Amino acid sequence: MSEAAKEKWGMVIDLDACDGCQACVTACSLENNVAFAGEESVAYGHGMHWLRIQRYWEGEYPNITARYRPVMCQQCGAAPCEPVCPVFATYHSEAEQINVQVYNRCIGTRYCANNCPYEARTFNWFDFEWPEPLNAQLNPDVTVRRRGIMEKCTFCIQRIRRAEEDAKAEGREVADGEVQPACAQSCPTQAIVFGNLADPKSKVSRLARSARAEKLLEDLGTEPKVIYLKGGSDRDR
Amino acid sequence: MTANIPAIPLGDAHHDAEAEYREEHLMLDPRPREEMNNMVLESMRDKSLSFWVTAGVLGMLVAVALFGAWGYMIANGMGVTGIRRPVFWGVFIANFVFWIGISHAGTFVSAILRVFKAEFRRPFTRAAELMTTFGLAAAGLYPLIHLGRTWRFYWMIPYPNQRWLWPNFHSPLVWDMIAITTYLLSSTMYLYLPLIPDLAMARDHSEGWAKKIYGWLAMGWRGTEAEFRHLNTAINIFAFAIIPVMFSVHTIVAWDFAVSKVVGWHSTVFGPYFVTGAILSGVSAVTMVLALIRGTMKNMKYFIRPEHFDALGKLVLIFSMSWGYFFFNDFNLEWYGGEAAGHAVMEYHTKGPLAWIWYGMLIANLVIPWATLWNKNVRRNPWAMFVIGFIINLGMYAERYMIVTFVLSRGRMPFDWGWYKPSLVELAISLGSIALFLFLYVVASRLIPLVPVWEVQEGQLAHTLRKIGRATVISVSELE
Repeated sequence: MSEAAKEKWGMVIDLDACDGCQACVTACSLENNVAFAGEESVAYGHGMHWLRIQRYWEGEYPNITARYRPVMCQQCGAAPCEPVCPVFATYHSEAEQINVQVYNRCIGTRYCANNCPYEARTFNWFDFEWPEPLNAQLNPDVTVRRRGIMEKCTFCIQRIRRAEEDAKAEGREVADGEVQPACAQSCPTQAIVFGNLADPKSKVSRLARSARAEKLLEDLGTEPKVIYLKGGSDRDR
Repeated sequence: MTANIPAIPLGDAHHDAEAEYREEHLMLDPRPREEMNNMVLESMRDKSLSFWVTAGVLGMLVAVALFGAWGYMIANGMGVTGIRRPVFWGVFIANFVFWIGISHAGTFVSAILRVFKAEFRRPFTRAAELMTTFGLAAAGLYPLIHLGRTWRFYWMIPYPNQRWLWPNFHSPLVWDMIAITTYLLSSTMYLYLPLIPDLAMARDHSEGWAKKIYGWLAMGWRGTEAEFRHLNTAINIFAFAIIPVMFSVHTIVAWDFAVSKVVGWHSTVFGPYFVTGAILSGVSAVTMVLALIRGTMKNMKYFIRPEHFDALGKLVLIFSMSWGYFFFNDFNLEWYGGEAAGHAVMEYHTKGPLAWIWYGMLIANLVIPWATLWNKNVRRNPWAMFVIGFIINLGMYAERYMIVTFVLSRGRMPFDWGWYKPSLVELAISLGSIALFLFLYVVASRLIPLVPVWEVQEGQLAHTLRKIGRATVISVSELE
């Protein structure tokens, strides 16, 4: 990967394929040890999901369609969350070109969450406990966070690292499709594709060049690494 | 400076005019030096039952409502507050901005009026400066209270550490910390300097351990010509230097919001808008405190007179108008901009379920002062000014509350809109910080002379009534 291209890992989400089933939300929470807040807390606004499915209604009843958009951290190239953190808990990883949250540095000012136009960040309001049997399935590759700390989607960086280390041990490059975050892996319609944007031949790069491609709130200049595909010709709107 | 007060001949023809002047103006109503010293000391030493009850209740409130609730929150997590996605800041930040605003009172009333040689300031500069220091004490707690991990607050301080990490100087929160520390240190020194001659006066009128403490604090003040010259130079330097510090502090507090990407916060006018609002609430709070001091402490009716409320009332009116001007610049110009996200924020203010707060703010900050403060009789009535000051402070608090929570409730993506309601814990901590401010103030009023006696005496020496022909006129000699 060349130094000039400030792109590496990226994601394409085909909104025309998303049916809002929430499998990605579940998979993400299990993979990343996302705290289980419970129904009431989530309704109150204390939910911890790194990924949520936005649901919008289009049209008037009876000609009404539900539109879904899975939104997670967009791993901005110019991220609004980064400069406001007083303790460098959120910063830009030059190697992976994603935003990294260092849990141990976080003191919980929550400024990053206010400044995120995607509302991608979640805060540990309490020391949440996992009800049985969920407590027996914590992922050993991911830190468990305590109360008072901000967290967010990491593009499953533990999986990226594992693939990179495997490739390094075998003396090769990471193959296209070798890294799959939990959300992409669990998507039944394969709406989520993950890969290396810096490689023009990767599947994610090819999809990102589609005429249907758009970025969320792109006019803010945040340079998101998540690309949404929307409004295909196969869809009668 | 040391000359005796000239006896003014009271001719029959001019007796009425002179008596009126004396009753009206403290500066023209001199009393013998020792008598005035004793009046101030008497008010300071008056520890009646009501003082002990007030201080006790306030102290209990600080212990239970502020530190008790805060401890409960630390032990359980921020979830005990009403803060929730997407409103990640709540009343703690509103309180922070509010108390920083109150702290502008002292500097504005004391430093700016001193620099402009406004003579009416003399009896209450200290009362206002104390508000700065204690307002900052209340404000300074909030950046700590609102942290998710309060016990790691010192990671914001730049010091060589095992983590090999400086704080992020790009973050407005670090600017905040530096600005507030600067303001707290400089305003404390600015409070202390004019206090030295009065501490010496208290030392000369005390016995035992109190004499030792006052003597130590007065640093051997004798009141010589040279000492006064040095003191006046130092006060002058601080008075000029602290004004830009004051402006910078609230501007930086405004930048906490303005440098962000949040619609409704990202406004270039926020700096001066916040400074004006801070002075409006600060000066209103000074009138409240002066009314309380005058109403509850001994001998204060001599020092604090209707003329002072009159003058402060004019200031409040002017700042209410300035605030209206900046409010128009912030709010209405967003309207004309026509951005959909901005309109959603504004409609939440004007038509949302909590719109009454917005209309209440306009009534409290604009309608009530404009309707009442043009009237001299209202301005000269201490308790009327207390009520108006209270209403304006409610309005200014509402403004901060809306800037923090309303704006965050309406982000760019309608799916994630939310709302906020403070919890009992947050209300207890807010009440506790009011109690902290009052507690510190009540205790300080019994430890240090609340009226700068030497400044009043200096002013009275400079003011004389002169007879020119048939008219009696006030003559003020230039000091320094």
